Amino acid sequence: MSERGAKYIRGATGEWEIVIGMEVHAQVLSNAKLFSGAATTFGAEPNSQVSFVDAGMPGMLPVINRKCVEQAIRTGLGLKAKINRRSVFDRKNYFYPDLPAGYQISQYKQPIVGEGEVIVDLPGGESRTVGIERLHLEQDAGKSLHDQHPDQTYVDLNRSGVALMEIVTKPDMRGSEEAAAFLRKLRAIVRYLGTCDGNMDEGSMRADVNVSVRRPGAPLGTRCEIKNVNSMRFVMQAVEYEARRQVDILESGGAIHQETRLFDSRAGETRSMRSKEEAHDYRYFPDPDLLPLELEEAWIAEIARSLPELPDEKKARFIKAGLSTYDAAVLVAEKETADYFEAILAEGSEAKAAANWLNNEVFGRLNKAGLSIITSPVSPSQNAAILQLLAENVISGKIAKDLLDILWHEGGDPRAIVDARGLRQVTDISAIESAVDAVIAANPGKVEEAKKKPNLAGWFVGQVMKQTGGKANPKVVNDILKRRLGIGGEG
Amino acid sequence: MSAPTDFTLAEARDALAQKKLSSTELTKAFVAAMEGARTLNAFVTETPECALEMAKKSDARIARGEARPLEGLPLAIKDLFCTKGVRTTAGSRILGNFVPPYESTVSQNLWDAGAVMLGKTNMDEFAMGSSNETSHFKPVINPWRARSSNQNLVPGGSSGGSAAAVAGHLCLAATGTDTGGSIRQPAALSGIVGMKPTYGRCSRWGIVAFASSLDQAGPMTHTVRDAAILLRHMASVDEKDSTSVDMPVADYEEGLDSGVKGLRVGIPKEYRIEGAPPEIDALWQQGAGWLKAQGAEIIEVSLPHTKYALPAYYIVAPAEASSNLARYDGVRYGHRAEGTHDLVELYERSRAEGFGAEVKRRVLIGTYVLSAGYYDAYYTRAQKIRTLIKRDFEQAFETCDVLLTPATPGPAFALGEKSSDPVSMYLNDVFTVTVNLAGLPAIAVPAGLTENGLPLGLQVIGKAFDEMTVLRAGRAIELAASFTARPDKWWTA
Repeated sequence: MSERGAKYIRGATGEWEIVIGMEVHAQVLSNAKLFSGAATTFGAEPNSQVSFVDAGMPGMLPVINRKCVEQAIRTGLGLKAKINRRSVFDRKNYFYPDLPAGYQISQYKQPIVGEGEVIVDLPGGESRTVGIERLHLEQDAGKSLHDQHPDQTYVDLNRSGVALMEIVTKPDMRGSEEAAAFLRKLRAIVRYLGTCDGNMDEGSMRADVNVSVRRPGAPLGTRCEIKNVNSMRFVMQAVEYEARRQVDILESGGAIHQETRLFDSRAGETRSMRSKEEAHDYRYFPDPDLLPLELEEAWIAEIARSLPELPDEKKARFIKAGLSTYDAAVLVAEKETADYFEAILAEGSEAKAAANWLNNEVFGRLNKAGLSIITSPVSPSQNAAILQLLAENVISGKIAKDLLDILWHEGGDPRAIVDARGLRQVTDISAIESAVDAVIAANPGKVEEAKKKPNLAGWFVGQVMKQTGGKANPKVVNDILKRRLGIGGEG
Repeated sequence: MSAPTDFTLAEARDALAQKKLSSTELTKAFVAAMEGARTLNAFVTETPECALEMAKKSDARIARGEARPLEGLPLAIKDLFCTKGVRTTAGSRILGNFVPPYESTVSQNLWDAGAVMLGKTNMDEFAMGSSNETSHFKPVINPWRARSSNQNLVPGGSSGGSAAAVAGHLCLAATGTDTGGSIRQPAALSGIVGMKPTYGRCSRWGIVAFASSLDQAGPMTHTVRDAAILLRHMASVDEKDSTSVDMPVADYEEGLDSGVKGLRVGIPKEYRIEGAPPEIDALWQQGAGWLKAQGAEIIEVSLPHTKYALPAYYIVAPAEASSNLARYDGVRYGHRAEGTHDLVELYERSRAEGFGAEVKRRVLIGTYVLSAGYYDAYYTRAQKIRTLIKRDFEQAFETCDVLLTPATPGPAFALGEKSSDPVSMYLNDVFTVTVNLAGLPAIAVPAGLTENGLPLGLQVIGKAFDEMTVLRAGRAIELAASFTARPDKWWTA
């Protein structure tokens, strides 16, 4: 058996390389549709967001929405891609009840965005560059509802005409782990850019995954396209199933036929949808209702200037600020996490300490509670205050954790809570000395023992902390104890 | 005083302004004429109540001194323009019960200028035809008949209902649309003026699409002056139509009579076609003579790719139509077949029942020429020809200001005479399609009668957005031709 997510798959006759390319449909974040003024809110009452254009009424004409074009350019720039100054909208013709005009307006030969790239971070600090072939704008179709009536299909046109970006990669991914990592990274980029919300469960991002296998070093094999895979986990499952299926066919002397397949997430398998021979002839031709889209260089430059810092640049900056590559990667993976982290830094916390705090304390608690960084009960400024108290030696690490728990459940101002509940760490040497003396006096036997077994000092530290309600500065306790017990090197 | 229905648009406008009659009186006269001419089958839907309502409001405005440019003037609207709350069929069974919840930009412009709607005129189904015989609502009969003949003739098409309504004085003027000659050819065959403006001059929003890159709305009128008046109030840039163009719309009427002195008129030699009736050629020469007599300079020019225009048109137009007509699927509106069992059957039967033979023919041609493997051989080559034809015109316009050609290869023909032979029907558009392929403005003006007393027209083609010069040259022909013949009102008998 091969390792899960691996680039290679071991068959009966040797090793096969899994080659993956993707077509990702990302819904453009925009209040209005690509060619009409109708709204795009998810989950609205069926057919409540449909203009005459979206319903394919006679004599209605599409008019391009500038915002959607801007979002496509922004995405193209985020993918370090060439923006085509001139692009053309084509009609893709086919009949289906959720396609009211009988054609989808898309871009076929001249897309708005050309070649670009995405750098994908892989476990173990490696990275791979995935080539972007193109990005084009197109309309979404409506939705056929087959489960509303025993023998009729209902159609909801709310989605009809919503702007999608189809992002096509080169066959640059190897194995399911890379495929999922690419999709995660692409999702992060569009979310940073604010061009797509990346909500895969609402369908605003979905992938068609092209899978083929080959002997390492051999030319590309015949691919199968798996349609509409809508989660990272399903992408991995679909790739693994499909690669294994293809290897089994090839090893038993068969051949792969190019076809479109569906992923059945319940069964965890892919199934044939239609063969290449059955493929539609879409009769693409330039849409005569729309002029070619001509972009001004100045506008592209203006959008480029307004681009936010993207994950790769942010990661580099975090590393420069002292974070490990791993910590930096974790913090930039989600825009909200990075924003949260930066909000803590903005209040003066030190980067490394803040990263450790989030990684060791906050993320674990969020996971356990099933919360995300946006729904976190503790705000960045509360965290910053804890870190500040720690840095000032006002509280101990132990108290910091307790304080986080208090804030988690009760909220409030960290500094005020420390004061009100007497959590302030005792750094007054004489107070600690008297506590140490009291413990020594009460345990003469242990004192003798400790002189022979210096690691018993830990027990004394525990006792002193208990006596001081955890507020004593552990380092100070340690130093005094060692001196009093006459142990330790520095004596 | 002549009957109100004898007025031209300009005369009626002036009569209303001078309060010689009211819009209500005028409108009633036209409603009566319309209702008395049902033999001609010019209207698919008559809207007399709507007309009288609008006329009443116009009279009130006139009384208040708030008359707008077309206040109270009854017009007929081709049934390809969507009219809010009034059935719009495109001459097809598939839209036989379709009532649009919106108004086309062009018709809205006319109502905003004060015009009155008499009804919706008959037409070839989806504007596909040159005789008005492909209409689901039966053919339109041309008001004109050959001298001492009782044979019914076609009015031309596709705007045949509008042409007959104007020629028969059932309205003051009408709107048409022209994809390959659908305004100019019926105008010529019906002895009226018809103008196709530059592509982009009138908004296509709300006009049922036939071939989007060719379709253009225009006026169909008694006189060139009327065409100038009506066009001004049809035209507008429209943010709802990306292909409409923001070019100032002039007061075309004002510049109409400034003459053609010094105007360079090109005569394209390729428009002399073999087998055309000699009277067509004679009329063309006479037209050149008229313009020359008024001070124009006549220049022979060449449009070398003309012979490829018709084949290219019959690839481009059906290709776009096959896609534009895909929305008529029986799912959301229009005709839906009964008793179907699955989706494919619903599509197939709704469309088989809803479309007529000519529409089916063009959808099939269009689907074929866009198919994988044929696209380059047909569609791509047709687009190349289109570019060459545009260039032909550009080069010709380096040496002349307008072109003069016949409007049609012959006069009105009998019903059924060409309907069984699509190619001979398509040849009707031989002088007009080039203009659509190049997107230029052109006007057909009645210029004479055949030996049998049937009208013939001449066509003036101009540079893009130079409607003014086209109208001016058209006016010069009109003046010289002094075409005063009218059909006998045999249909009222």
